[in-house]
Amino acid sequence: MTANAMERLYEGADWDFSTLQRLHDACETIALGELGLNVYPNQIEVIRAEQMLDAYSSVGMPLSYKHWSFGKHFTQHEALYRTGLRGLAYELVINSSPCISYLMEENTATMQALVIAHAAFGHNHFFRNNYLFKQWTDAEGILEYLNFAKGYVAQCEERYGQGAVEAILDAAHALKSHGVYRYPGKKKLDLRGEERRERERRAHSERTFNDLWRTVPAGPTKSVSELTSGRRRALLGLPQENILYFLEKYAPRLQPWQRELLRIVRHISQYFYPQSQTKVMNEGAATYVHYRIMNRLHDRGGISDGDFLEFLQSHTNVVFQPLYDDPRFSGFNPYALGFAMMRDIERIAADPDEEDRQWFPEIAGAGDAMAALRDIWANYRDESFVSQFLSPRLMRQMRLFQLHDDPAQTEGVRVKAIHDERGYRRIRSELARRYDVGWSDPNIEVVDVDLEGDRRLILHHSVVNGRLLSEAAAKRVLQSLADLWGYNVLLREIGPADAVLREHPCSPRGAALAAA
Amino acid sequence: MQVLDRRLNPGGKNLENRQRFLRRAKALVQQAVRRSSQDRDISDILEGGEIAIPAAGVDEPWFHHGPGGIRDDVLPGNRKFVEGDLLPRPDGGGGGAQNGHDGEGEDVFRFVLSREEFLDLFLDDLELPDLAKRRLAEIEFEGVRRSGYALAGSPVNIAVTRTMRFAMSRRIALGRPSAQAIQRLEGEIAGCEDIDRRAALATELSALQARMRRIPYVDPIDVRYRRFENAPRPTAQAVMFCLMDVSGSMSEHMKDLAKRFYMLLYIFLTRRYRRVEIVFIRHTDRAEEVDEETFFHSPATGGTVVSSALEAMRRIVELRYRPKDWNIYAAQASDGDNSHNDGQTSAQLLKDHILPATQYFAYLEVGEEDARGQGAAAQSSLWGVYESLRAEGRPLAMRKVNARGEIFPVFRDLFRRREGKERIAS
Repeated sequence: MTANAMERLYEGADWDFSTLQRLHDACETIALGELGLNVYPNQIEVIRAEQMLDAYSSVGMPLSYKHWSFGKHFTQHEALYRTGLRGLAYELVINSSPCISYLMEENTATMQALVIAHAAFGHNHFFRNNYLFKQWTDAEGILEYLNFAKGYVAQCEERYGQGAVEAILDAAHALKSHGVYRYPGKKKLDLRGEERRERERRAHSERTFNDLWRTVPAGPTKSVSELTSGRRRALLGLPQENILYFLEKYAPRLQPWQRELLRIVRHISQYFYPQSQTKVMNEGAATYVHYRIMNRLHDRGGISDGDFLEFLQSHTNVVFQPLYDDPRFSGFNPYALGFAMMRDIERIAADPDEEDRQWFPEIAGAGDAMAALRDIWANYRDESFVSQFLSPRLMRQMRLFQLHDDPAQTEGVRVKAIHDERGYRRIRSELARRYDVGWSDPNIEVVDVDLEGDRRLILHHSVVNGRLLSEAAAKRVLQSLADLWGYNVLLREIGPADAVLREHPCSPRGAALAAA
Repeated sequence: MQVLDRRLNPGGKNLENRQRFLRRAKALVQQAVRRSSQDRDISDILEGGEIAIPAAGVDEPWFHHGPGGIRDDVLPGNRKFVEGDLLPRPDGGGGGAQNGHDGEGEDVFRFVLSREEFLDLFLDDLELPDLAKRRLAEIEFEGVRRSGYALAGSPVNIAVTRTMRFAMSRRIALGRPSAQAIQRLEGEIAGCEDIDRRAALATELSALQARMRRIPYVDPIDVRYRRFENAPRPTAQAVMFCLMDVSGSMSEHMKDLAKRFYMLLYIFLTRRYRRVEIVFIRHTDRAEEVDEETFFHSPATGGTVVSSALEAMRRIVELRYRPKDWNIYAAQASDGDNSHNDGQTSAQLLKDHILPATQYFAYLEVGEEDARGQGAAAQSSLWGVYESLRAEGRPLAMRKVNARGEIFPVFRDLFRRREGKERIAS
C-alpha cells in the first residue's frame, strides 16, 4: 500500500480545474491500469444547476428539437427542485464519443472525484463495451444526428407551421415505445449517414420531378386483388413490431417531411432502447467502478480519511434499498441491486464457498474478478444478467420473496416462493423477467392491412397472463395512430388459443394530420 | 481528456419548450390560476407559485398494461412469510402491490409559475373599458429610428453603398478615365515602334493621368451618412381615481375587501397600461388626496360624507386632468353609508360633473362577511342613489362584495373584455 503511495489530490471541499484534471488522471491510472477498463475519450463539462435541469428534461441529451413535452418535464423537474422536494443528480453522462459527463458546479471535490470515477469511467466503459450499445447505438454520430434533427424540425415548423409539426411529433411520441426494433437487424445504425441520406432522398426527388408523369394515362389496372393475403403480408414485411417504421414506410397519406419526422423520433427512441434494458447492470457497473477507484485512491493516500467518509456517506445513500414494507419503497433500486451483484460476483471469483461452486462453476474461484466482470458487462443485459448471476446468498441477504396475485384466487395474494432451496430458481427467473422489456412492455404488432381495399390497419396485442392494455391510454394512442395512418385502425387483444379478448376500433379524426 | 467550463453558456434552453407547454395547457392553467387566486392573499398573487392542473390535459399516452390479470412480483425484506402463505389483498383487490398504479401517473400535474407568467394568465382577458380618447399629449422617447441620409455624421454611420453610388455617377458625369483605359494606353506605348505615334500616345496618357488626378475617385461631396432620429411614440393616457371610505362605519373586514380590490386594480393598471396615473382619494366627512401608502395603511376616523370625495375628484379633474386629454376612470369602494342629507348632493355631483367626464365609474359596495344574502333586502343609502342613476342609463357599474373570495370574480367581471357594443353599465 505504502509502496505506491501518492500525493494528496485535494484538500477540503474546494476544487478548481486543475483539481479536476488531477482527479481524472488519478482515476484513469486506476481504471485503465488496475481495472483494465476500455473507455471512449472523456470530456468533462462543468455546469450550473439550471443547466442540469435543462439537460434532464430533454432526456439527458445536450440538445434536442423543440417540443412542448420537454417543457412539461422541465417545468415538473423545476417545481420539484425549487420547492426542495428533490435534489438534482450529481452527474449526467451521455453515450457519445467523446463521452460527455456533466458535473454540477456545487459538488464538493470528493463528489467530483466520485462522479468522475462513476460516470467518466464506469458508465463510459459500459457504453463502449456492452453488446447492446454496440449493436444499437452509434456513439460517434448521435450528437450530429440530434443537431440535424433539431434543425430539421425547426425547418419544418417554418415551412408547415408549428401546429402541423407538433401534431406529428405528438403522435410519434405516443408510439415511441413501439418504434424500436427489438431484435438486431442486418446493419448497424449509422446516424451520420442518416442525415446525408435524407438530403440525397430530397435531392433525388427534386431532380427527377417531372410534372408530365401526372398526365400520362394509367394503363389498365393490374389485378392486384388476386394477391393472396399471405403474399400481401409478406410484401409489407408483416407482422411488424416496429409500428413507427411501418407507418413511415407505408402510411398512405403522409408527406415526405412527416415521414422524416417519424424517422427522427424512431431513431432517437432506438438510441435509448439499450439504456432501458441495462439499467441495473449499467448503474451496478458504474457504482462498482467508483467504489473500487475511490477505495484505491484512499488506500494510496490521494484522499484523506475525512473526505473518504463523505464519499462513504454518499455511496451508502446511493445503494440504499428500502424493504418492501418501508414507506420509501418503490421497487428495486438499480444501483443497490447492481452493486450488490457485482460485489457478489467479485466474492465468488475470489473466495467461493461450496454453494457458489455448485451454482457458478464457470466463475467460482476464477481468481481474476475484473476479468469475469468485464466479460459480464460486455455480454449481458439486465434480464440475462439477473437470471444467471443472482446468487442464493444474495437472495438470502436481501430476503427476497415472490408474490403471486391471481384475481381468480379470492382469499388473497399467495407467497409463491421465498429465499429457500425450493425458491431460489423461481425467484431468480421471476425477477429476471421483470427486467425483460419484451415482457414488461405490451407486445403489439401490425399484422395486416389491405392497401388496395379499405386500408384498415389491423394490430394485435398478444396478451400474456390476462394483462390487458390500459383502456384509456390505448384509446388515445390508437387515435394518434389512426391520424397518422389516415384510415381506420383496429387493435385486437389476443389471448391464449387466439381468442379475441377485446377490440379497440378507431377512426382518424376529421382534420387528419396528413394532407389529402 | 478535456475539461470544459460550460457554466457561462446561456441557460434557459428550455424556456421555449416551457412556453410551448404553457400555451398548450393555457385553458387549464388559466382555470387553475383563477382557482388558486381565490384563496390567496394579494401579496401572494404577486409571487406566482405552485399550481396544479389536471394531468389528463397534458399527459402523453403510450401503450401499457392496465390493471388486472395475473401478476407476479419479487420484493425484498421477507421477515415472516413462508411459501404458500396467503396475504389478504389491500382494499380494492386486483392488481399487484404496485402494478395497479403502474404508469397511470398522478391525477394532477404540479408546477411552478413565475410571477410574470401568473399575472399574465390572470389578467389575460381583462381590459380597461373604453380607452377611447387618444391624445398625443404625452410623448415618450422610445429610442432611435432610421430616417434617410445625411451629409454629415459620425464615421461609423457612413452609408457605403450610397456613397459609392454617388461617387460613381459623379465619375461618369465628369468623364474620369478608367484604370483600364490607362492600362490599355500604357500597353500600346510599350508595344509601339513608331516614335511619333509613341509621343502622341504619351501626351494622351499624361493628359488622361492629369484628368484622373483632378477628378478624385471618391470626393467628400459623395459621402453620405445614415441618419437616425429619436422616434417619438405617442401613448394613450389614462388616469384612475381610487375613492375609498375610511370612516368609522367601515369595519376592518370591509376595509380589507376594499384594499384588496384596489390592489388588484393597481396591479392590473400598472401592468396593462404603460401610461396610467393613479389618484388616491380617501374620505370620511372630509376628503383628501393621499399617496398610496397612506391610502392603504394609515387609519382615519370620522363621519361619512361621500360628496366630499366626489367634490375632491371633480376639483382634481378640473385642475390636472382635462377630460379632453385624459381617459378618466374611477372606482369607489364604500360600505354604502352616507349621511342623509348628502345623497342628493352626491347624485347631483355625479350626474353633472363626474359621470360626463369619466369613461367608467365602478362602485364597489363592501359588506360584512355574515351579511351575505340580506344585501338585496337591506339596501344601503348610497346603493339606492347610484341605482337610480344607473336606471337613467349612466355609465356606472355596481357590485356588492361580502367575502374575500368574491373579490376576484367581481373584479374579473367588471373588467372583462367587452364584446363589440355591449354596454359597460351592466
